[in-house]
Amino acid sequence: MISVQACLDGILLGILFALIAYGMALQWGVMNIINIAQGDLVILGGYIAYFMYLYGIHPAWGVIVSPIIMYFVGIAIYKLVINKVVDRDLFISILATFGISILFMQLMNFAFGADVVLANSDYGTTMLFNSNVVLPNSKIFSAFISILFAICLVIYMKKSKLGRAIRATAQNARAAKILGVDTEKVYAATFGINAALCGVAGALISITFTIHPYMGLPYTIRSFMIVIVAGLGNLPGVAMSGMGLGVFEEFADYILGTEFRIGSVFLLLVLILVYRRFKLSRKREYLK
Amino acid sequence: MKINKIIISFISAAIILLSSSVVSFAKVVGDKIVLGAAISLTGKYSSNGVHTQNGYNMAVDRINSMGGVKVGGKTYKFDIIYYDDESNPKRAAQLAERLISQDGVEFMLGPYSSGLTKAIAPVTEKYGVPMVEANGASRSLFTKGYKYLFAVLAPANLYLDVAIDLAVEKNNGKGVTVAMAFEQDAFSQDVRLGVLDAIKRTGSKKVIDDKLPKELNDMAATLVKVKQMKPDVLVVSGHTKGALTAIRQISEMKVDVPMLAMTHCDAAKLSKQHGKNSQYALCASQWHKTLTYKDDFFKDGMTYDADFTKEFGYAPPYQAAESSAALLVFKDAFERANSFDKKKVRDALAATNMQTFYGNIKFAPGGQNVDKPMVLFQVMCDDGGKCENKVVAPTKWASAKLIHPIPSWSKR
Repeated sequence: MISVQACLDGILLGILFALIAYGMALQWGVMNIINIAQGDLVILGGYIAYFMYLYGIHPAWGVIVSPIIMYFVGIAIYKLVINKVVDRDLFISILATFGISILFMQLMNFAFGADVVLANSDYGTTMLFNSNVVLPNSKIFSAFISILFAICLVIYMKKSKLGRAIRATAQNARAAKILGVDTEKVYAATFGINAALCGVAGALISITFTIHPYMGLPYTIRSFMIVIVAGLGNLPGVAMSGMGLGVFEEFADYILGTEFRIGSVFLLLVLILVYRRFKLSRKREYLK
Repeated sequence: MKINKIIISFISAAIILLSSSVVSFAKVVGDKIVLGAAISLTGKYSSNGVHTQNGYNMAVDRINSMGGVKVGGKTYKFDIIYYDDESNPKRAAQLAERLISQDGVEFMLGPYSSGLTKAIAPVTEKYGVPMVEANGASRSLFTKGYKYLFAVLAPANLYLDVAIDLAVEKNNGKGVTVAMAFEQDAFSQDVRLGVLDAIKRTGSKKVIDDKLPKELNDMAATLVKVKQMKPDVLVVSGHTKGALTAIRQISEMKVDVPMLAMTHCDAAKLSKQHGKNSQYALCASQWHKTLTYKDDFFKDGMTYDADFTKEFGYAPPYQAAESSAALLVFKDAFERANSFDKKKVRDALAATNMQTFYGNIKFAPGGQNVDKPMVLFQVMCDDGGKCENKVVAPTKWASAKLIHPIPSWSKR
């Protein structure tokens, strides 16, 4: 029963992480930008839901309001900073987004205060297997909403004009430009969509966990790892590696102890990277 | 031309020299005793930093308006130079240097948090500047042999050992099983050491000993273990995040445990943020307004609470109360030393033995306050969902009876 519990906890957690990672993979793939401020966008989204909760609106509505606001925040960040670094070296973009991250942390701390806060959804709990396995409904809700948004986005990418333009730009920006795609607009939209996804995730995190202005970095690191493991432009891969990491984390926590939780995840990352390199080098030999 | 330049630079050098030498006499200017403090007004500790500053300011105003400090037959008033340490230990140490060597401050008040106090203490020690601090409880502060550091609060290892004693008492003196979940920072680990001591002393047994990661706000795995092992007491300490996460997940996962003891409940505004879900949680606190300690300046806890609320618009957390107490200690020491000599004031501080509204204050050789026990309050809610913190231990100060064991979730 314990393993079922850990498994389910991990999957629900992983789905939420996968949503954030998907946004990161999207803009990484399209714009070649690693967004260090990803986690801070998540937290900002969380604060939007939290303030709705403070004003008596159910925080679940944050799932709709937060991405709308965050979309425009994303566009604004793009226009102010990112469009100046988008064609430059990857290192420059990391520096720029790192700066944005620090700025956001300080601004949020200044505006919202340094208290740890959360929004209560009062969703209750689901008991399974003769109440041996307990799942908070807020986590189930988060996972459900994450999947919903991910599916919507996939369909949007496949069917809509902008979605096709985004995919074209990701494949070859120059060719897309020659064929009449306004890449500038595509970049702005991509960054906006990423920020909107962060907004959704943030609202969900304020319902399931807690938020604090300085709590963004773990989400950045986690999504970065998920993308590294899954590879760019591999959506099912992102979903699987998100859930896999979540489950792995919960088990590591349960078996090795909480203090090894983060460490074991990093160990896994190193192993995967080494394995990949090993595979690549074998391939190269074969090609010779 | 050249001579002009030389004259100008000579004059400006003289001005700089003069101004700096004037500043270096700033510790007592006219009828003012100038204290220095680096406080977290921005950064991650800013809310508690502001509580600390409000506590200091409240006491300064009160002491000044009630006759000030009498030294050598003359009356002096307190004044404080504040700098913002941005919640950053390095910055705090720099600011302490600046306060002492540039602003000429000879008496310091502590910053917020153990970490920042640890950064400042070596500096004040180097210059032999007495520092009374009110917000650094880590045990390691008091084992380094500092001579000029005095803390009005009880050290961190005493935060939750009262809870273990209480559980044993409820178990008819027999040992209990304890599950522990602590964050991996200096403060929480000190709390953990205290609990371990209590476990050993009472013949209890620890069944879970988890270290919560700083980065993640999820302790579901620990709670799964708790559900399985069914310990008599669950102890959690991980600052405000730990307290909020614990209550959220315990209520969501319906974890039944006879006693739940935590730190940082009032900083986390548990009863406000979680309402009835936080009911029955036991919380360690340095101070509570219902305690009946008394002094001449703030009268007692209830009066302090009312005055503070009137002035700052919110009820004082214990961080504010202990900060106010630090000023009372300084005043008392100055008057007994009857001098502004740093060494004499230091010796007077070491001999402090007084009662304030915040509690009795008497320093051990290490600098920690040994005369003030921690209190435990329990969150109690009425049927309307309004929750209040009521002191339940030690028995001497209790204003309500401990509810034990905690009713199971199915019966709530």
